[in-house]
Amino acid sequence: METNFVHHQSAHCENGVASNLLKHQGINISEPMVFGIGSGLFFFYLPLLKVNHAPAISYRPMPGFIFNKAAKRLGIKVKRVKFSNPQSAQKALEDNLKNNIPSGLQVGVYNLTYFPDEYRFHFNAHNLVVYGKKDDTFLISDPVMETVTTLTEKELEKVRFAKGALAPKGQMYYPVAIPAVIDWETAIKKGIKNTCNDMLAPVPIVGVSAMRFLSRSIRKWPAKKGVKVANHYLAQLVRMQEEIGTGGGGFRFIYAAFLQEASVILKNEKLKELSLEMTTIGDLWRDFAVNAARVYKNRSNQTDVYNSLADELLKLADLEEAFFKKLKKAI
Amino acid sequence: MKKEEVPQDNSNLSSNNMKELCYATDENGNYTTALSTGWEPKTIALENSIQDINERIEAAKAGVKNGTLSPIVYFMEVHKMDWMTLAGYVGMWTWRVKRHGKPSVFKKMNDKMLAKYAEAFEISVAELKNYKGE
Repeated sequence: METNFVHHQSAHCENGVASNLLKHQGINISEPMVFGIGSGLFFFYLPLLKVNHAPAISYRPMPGFIFNKAAKRLGIKVKRVKFSNPQSAQKALEDNLKNNIPSGLQVGVYNLTYFPDEYRFHFNAHNLVVYGKKDDTFLISDPVMETVTTLTEKELEKVRFAKGALAPKGQMYYPVAIPAVIDWETAIKKGIKNTCNDMLAPVPIVGVSAMRFLSRSIRKWPAKKGVKVANHYLAQLVRMQEEIGTGGGGFRFIYAAFLQEASVILKNEKLKELSLEMTTIGDLWRDFAVNAARVYKNRSNQTDVYNSLADELLKLADLEEAFFKKLKKAI
Repeated sequence: MKKEEVPQDNSNLSSNNMKELCYATDENGNYTTALSTGWEPKTIALENSIQDINERIEAAKAGVKNGTLSPIVYFMEVHKMDWMTLAGYVGMWTWRVKRHGKPSVFKKMNDKMLAKYAEAFEISVAELKNYKGE
């Protein structure tokens, strides 16, 4: 059995799955559009929570949030199911395929056989689409891959029932009801407002305040944790910002692409200008990554380099604060 | 980022014939997508993480050899796990799994318990029991 699903490569797995599943339903929605309407742009820093032995830093909200918010704002109903046992999980997936429903799955990355070894970490919030089955092999559309791929029954079971933080528990999701007319304007405005409020939130671990909090921490890392640990933290920070999935610059370029698309739909020239500004901010994030990489490559142990990185981050926080205030006014 | 500035450096992706999608602007300033083979700052960051894991594995190996850590800690590091992830795979509380990291406790564990760990590490019980940090 095979559904007539079309694979499109995307930068980020969750937007990609959402965009591909909706395109299959006849809604022409790009990856940046899903990302923007689902308020995907975010910043989060929680030093107490450790991920890969480094403080938790994230440039996006919790897994699942983007698709759920986007679907809700577009009036699309998405069904999500979790399973306690692998047999019923596989059966439900096969039933969907029989009914010609390509289905999104949340999976763990560690046992994804088609990923290069170096990328296989215990990260459980990856997303892919299963669009068919031949003999005992599932046909897989993983949005971060250039082409489609396959996984055997056993391999798929393993990634669906990966354990640890954010365990997927076999989670499967697919759109069940699509409205006849979609109100794009309201959805886009809601998405933008939500992002502005998140980024300007008066909470120290979220948005621009979190960037300032992180900037203060970076200054303290070398003295408090030693150069080796400080450099490990910086490397993790760069990975969260630039590794597969962000489209570059910690999602800033995807967001700029969204603003550009939105300016056409809302007939709002101001958004086009702001899109250019976001691109400039994204470029500065790229520079930040280059400078951070220089620090952990040279293993320079002067505290000055950490201070200059911290200053750079402060500047980014100021720029983004001004940016999101303008964006809020523009819609 | 302009389309022609999308980095095409060698990386762990390019050595596997993979490319990732980036968003960049074309000559008219309009957004489009471009494939990238990799970017040096990212490659260094990834190398740093891999090196960190290898150092953790070596430290665990030495710990098993001089009798301060049980083989469970070594295999946990080999599989890039932390305590919480391992606890999830063996279906036990984290504090209990941590206890099993002590050689004195490990010695008293029965085969049924060891089998849970062996399954998580995809090795046999004998391999787990007989690992001496060599």
